[in-house]
Amino acid sequence: MADVHLPGTLTPLFAGLPRRLDVDAGTVDDAIAQLEQQWPGLRDRLCEPGPSLRTHIHVYVDRERATLATQLEPRSRVDVIAAISGG
Amino acid sequence: MPKTILLVGTRKGCFLLESDADRRSWTTRGPFCEGWPVYHAIHDDSTGTIFAAAASEWHGSAVWRSTDLGETWTLSSEGIAYDESTGRKLSKVSTLAARDGRVLVGVEAPGIFESKDGGETFSLLTTLVGQPGSDGWDDPANQPPGHLGISAIALDKDDSSRFWAIVQGIGLFETTDDGSSWTPRNRGLRADWPRPHEEVGFCVHKVVRADDARLYQQNHVGMHRSDDDGHTWTEITEGLPTEFGFAAAAHPHDRDTFYVVPLDPGHGRTMLDGHAAVWQTKDAGSSWKPLRSGLPQNDAWLGVLREAMAIDSYDVPGLYFGTSTGQVFASADEGESWSEIATYLPPISSVEVAVLP
Repeated sequence: MADVHLPGTLTPLFAGLPRRLDVDAGTVDDAIAQLEQQWPGLRDRLCEPGPSLRTHIHVYVDRERATLATQLEPRSRVDVIAAISGG
Repeated sequence: MPKTILLVGTRKGCFLLESDADRRSWTTRGPFCEGWPVYHAIHDDSTGTIFAAAASEWHGSAVWRSTDLGETWTLSSEGIAYDESTGRKLSKVSTLAARDGRVLVGVEAPGIFESKDGGETFSLLTTLVGQPGSDGWDDPANQPPGHLGISAIALDKDDSSRFWAIVQGIGLFETTDDGSSWTPRNRGLRADWPRPHEEVGFCVHKVVRADDARLYQQNHVGMHRSDDDGHTWTEITEGLPTEFGFAAAAHPHDRDTFYVVPLDPGHGRTMLDGHAAVWQTKDAGSSWKPLRSGLPQNDAWLGVLREAMAIDSYDVPGLYFGTSTGQVFASADEGESWSEIATYLPPISSVEVAVLP
């Protein structure tokens, strides 16, 4: 199970979505797909067509900058950050 | 007692300002939409739903909606995306129009999406493909910073298959077959720059329909009037202090009365000389006069954007505008006198008004 941490800007958009949750997934893309199943529309808030992560959404897997293709280990920590948006 | 509601779109969410028919005392609710930048918020009078076009730097574009006058909100972007195979990017939802549960959404790059289920899901209606020169101006490589987009959609009051769309920096287009085909409606407009095509290349800021035949237009270069539903335009700038501005409003009961907010056309794009004024014509643009009573006249460097002025439908209409420094000014007497009804909102992108029975 990956330990997924979501940004505070995301949780108000989806009823019951916690800031932290465990996800059984092989890649970042898989993890987002699983979240999408439970909270439809969530993928759109993190990804652009392509698909790729949105410009100001940064994902770190075990403190390393990640992409959708980045592999997850069973105990990976995944931080999804809403990064850089000025005032 | 009727209720008057201003829908104010700001850089930090949507706000609702509420009053009664007197429009003297106002209360403010918000921010809504989780503080997302809201570019245009509207009220569908036929269903009572509020829609807000918003684009978060983090989470992308979406249309928020509330069916209970702002008590609760949901958002959707389902279907608001271009086909990935086209390579066309959607960077922002910028403008809305709605009636009878149908919602039209203007976006960047230029296109209009529609919802037939009250804003739950959307599908692409048109990209205005095939317009004169669109191979050039619709190519992202040729577009200026900030992109081109559909900056406004104006509905016909009776015919749902007929509406107008402004393509930023390109011009005004009309469809009479629900977006299947479009006709440029820019004849007679002025442009102070080279244009590769006769029919397009005009910087239309705002178009307002006064009645079945008359349209008014604030352009980058000049005020214009059409008496044949946009087929031809006549410039009516003379008498105004500057040819530049964004916002405009047509009197709901008098086709000859119209309001604009002239701005410094340079970098400032604020009201002139620090004196706030809305300008009014009562003779279809033959003459203009400034309306200043109650508006700040010292160091008032106020900007008013394209969608940031509105007029209500009372017998004696109220006029409203919001500024890019977060003030809302209101007049309950057709602009003759003004008061400041909000002072410290975030920068304002849009103001619309709804009158509820």
